Amino acid sequence: MITKRPFVLEAVTAVALCAAPFVLPHLGFAPATINRILVWGLFGLGFDILFGVTGLLSFGQSAFFGTGGMFAAYLMTEAGFPHVVTAIILGMLVAALVGWLVGLVALRRTGIYFAMITVAISEVFYFVEFNPLSDFTGGENGLPGVPAPAFHLGSMALDFKSDFKMYWFLAFWYFVGLVLALRIVRSPVGLILSSIRDNPLRALAVGHDVNKYKLTAFVVAAAYAGFAGGLLGVMQGFMPPDAFMFETSGQLVMQTAIGGPGTLFGPLVGATIWLFLQDFLQGVLHLGATWKLTLGIIFVALVVFLRHGVIGGFKDLYVLASGGRQLHEAPESDPNASIGEAPPAVSTAHIADRAAYDDSKPIIEARQISKRYGGLMANSNIDFRVARGELRGVIGPNGAGKSTFFKMLTCEVQPTAGQIFFNGEDITGHTVTDACQSGLTKSYQVNQLFTRLTVRENVIISALAKLRGPFRLDMLRNVESVPGLAQRVNNTMALVRLTERANAPVSELAYGEKRRLEIGLALASGPQLLLLDEPLAGMSPRERVETVALLKSLREGRTMIVIDHDMDAIFDLAERITVLSEGKVLVEGTPEEIKNDPVVQEAYLGGVHE
Amino acid sequence: MLNWGNFVSQLFNGVVLGALLALIASGLTIIYGTLGVLNLAHGAMFMLGGYAGWLAYSYTGSFLVAVIAGSAFVLLVGVIIERVIIRSFYGRPHEDQLLVTFGIGIVMVEAARFFFGSLSKTVPPPSGLVGIVDLGFMMYPTYRLALLAIVAVALIVLYVILYRTRLGMIVRAGIEDSGMVDALGINVHKVFMLVFGIGAMAAGFAGIVNAPVVSVSPDVGEAILVQTFVVVVIGGVGSFPGAVLGGLIAGEIISITSMFNPGYAYVMLFAAMTLVLVLRPYGLLGVAGRE
Repeated sequence: MITKRPFVLEAVTAVALCAAPFVLPHLGFAPATINRILVWGLFGLGFDILFGVTGLLSFGQSAFFGTGGMFAAYLMTEAGFPHVVTAIILGMLVAALVGWLVGLVALRRTGIYFAMITVAISEVFYFVEFNPLSDFTGGENGLPGVPAPAFHLGSMALDFKSDFKMYWFLAFWYFVGLVLALRIVRSPVGLILSSIRDNPLRALAVGHDVNKYKLTAFVVAAAYAGFAGGLLGVMQGFMPPDAFMFETSGQLVMQTAIGGPGTLFGPLVGATIWLFLQDFLQGVLHLGATWKLTLGIIFVALVVFLRHGVIGGFKDLYVLASGGRQLHEAPESDPNASIGEAPPAVSTAHIADRAAYDDSKPIIEARQISKRYGGLMANSNIDFRVARGELRGVIGPNGAGKSTFFKMLTCEVQPTAGQIFFNGEDITGHTVTDACQSGLTKSYQVNQLFTRLTVRENVIISALAKLRGPFRLDMLRNVESVPGLAQRVNNTMALVRLTERANAPVSELAYGEKRRLEIGLALASGPQLLLLDEPLAGMSPRERVETVALLKSLREGRTMIVIDHDMDAIFDLAERITVLSEGKVLVEGTPEEIKNDPVVQEAYLGGVHE
Repeated sequence: MLNWGNFVSQLFNGVVLGALLALIASGLTIIYGTLGVLNLAHGAMFMLGGYAGWLAYSYTGSFLVAVIAGSAFVLLVGVIIERVIIRSFYGRPHEDQLLVTFGIGIVMVEAARFFFGSLSKTVPPPSGLVGIVDLGFMMYPTYRLALLAIVAVALIVLYVILYRTRLGMIVRAGIEDSGMVDALGINVHKVFMLVFGIGAMAAGFAGIVNAPVVSVSPDVGEAILVQTFVVVVIGGVGSFPGAVLGGLIAGEIISITSMFNPGYAYVMLFAAMTLVLVLRPYGLLGVAGRE
């Protein structure tokens, strides 16, 4: 969406910003209203990165709007600081700093907790502004006398005292803000933020430090809010205390929802509609105080009927008008062509990043690990070693504790007792993110994909964790310019045979394709040790044959452990097999030994009868 | 200077406010626990209860009628809102649910402003409960003391509904695993409707009985909503005992801080919430997985 066709959006916005002050007054917009739309639009850019892109709905943005604005206004009035733009930027930095501190608390929880905490934050800041800090903020009077910016270019003096002149000052900063926001959204950080919105657990599991990225989004949103707050004071010549009110946060949320979250332009469109209707209802229809009731009803109706705001509505209309979704049809594949064949020969050596390890030592070793859930021992005293380069099968009846065992190996759950060593290093108690970063990852039994993104974006997200580490702030770089990314992503997609579906959204994939993408996500992070939890579950016989061939082709330079119920496949694939039963290791041996072991037969079949 | 009589009476005020918050938070938390919807219009339900009670009072002059009619009205409004709007949001993301309940709250507040104006309305306490009473160690407003008893009774009724009835069992089961309750063949739709109504009524009831203490205005619910959120975060989502404990803690913090400087009440409240989030992220009596 936003990632394609660079500079088109920027160019269109620049033209629209230049035309707006000449066109909008004819449509009934007052000059002051147009200026306010820009401030709200800029305020919303950061909020949209937090809410629309990252999926964190905050009702506390007024805190940063007010903080940035008050700080800048205080500098310019009480402290007599002469440079308007510098003061606004300082206000932005203070807001960002406050945002960082508040984010540390608010982001401890997600979902509704996050929403509730941000509501509380908003209220706290309002009261702090009114009481303890009223000497600095003017309390309920706010800070009057904020100067308009003025520049001296040689002998020419530029001032921004009229509404029309102020417009250009605001439009310039809106444009700068938009260009930066677009770059952030198109950067690796932006893509990872949208992966957090879609599936935070998988984003963690492919090796991203989700909490730090969330905090980044929170700070970015606070910085935008702070800057917009500074502009508000300059625009009005007065910093109002109601910038801190919960109502301000609410209005921002509603404007963004009306315009369409996740588009960056949503807040601007929403502010245009909101402020125009406010003027219209009050000024033309003389509704007085009822304007807010009317807008509230419109807002509820929009949320009920139009899920993605006005911009989303237009997009849906466009798709409908242009003949629907012919774009991402699956390519007709010859049904006979690929059965049983190995996937295309793609070198996988680059994916497994091999280092010099002692091949005689096990790549992973579990010593006496146990997991207790209340009164249930899911796993007890399991000893498990896998040699480097081995392909190990793990089988066992349902409820044997196989998935719990895998979750402990990948550090998704911590063992109640025992230790786990990976490449000789004790990884007990590490996070799943650390484990993935150190070269150990899993494909899930139930697909854990980033469902609102495309196949290619899914693979990129996983590959980025390998190429950039758990956290990096390359917010201004285009995601496609990350060195080595394109090759890694293309190879992975070729391996799991999804190259032709690269631009299809995950929601349009067939089940078998989703299963392959699930394996692709694990592969793209370049694991030395790949765990596959029931890779064949729910597949058709043909897909099973293909997937077994795929798994065989992945072996080069990699150790794999596979759980599955398909005995034929496991006996075909694995060199050694571990049998779990009732949370314990029953036996371990070659496929031949396992097949003929009476204990295994009994565990599976309930005894062998003569 | 710290004055002991003043301090004790503020402690009492804290208990009264805490009980009130506990009742409102219980309503919020059973709705969230059962339906999975965080009702941002909960503060507006409190406000609505106050206005409905005031209206009933001004026609009948009876406080009892005001309480009963007001509660019934808010129950009805809750049921209608659940049927007409909330029901279509169960399958939608949390954010959409937050947005729509936020919008509903605004519509209710603005509708109240439209019909009743911005000036606050007062409901006098019932005639037998006017004045102050001598408790031996201090003088205390009679109605506030009665309010504590009224709210305590309401909390006990809610407890009985939750822990001693079939509906309550379904609600508690739903808080742990609503999918399972659905799978057991219980008509969840009817239960959801009732729970939303009862949850809203808890807030509405609190709104009426509090009207003789704090007069009713369109914005009275906003502060209550924020305090309720803090209560739920401190106590833990989905926990009735947590709501009671959180309510009492929040009530005391607000009252005692207000004795020194009301401006810091929210700061202290927020500090307490932060402390809980750091030490026990799921709330004092909350359980992981209920979010």
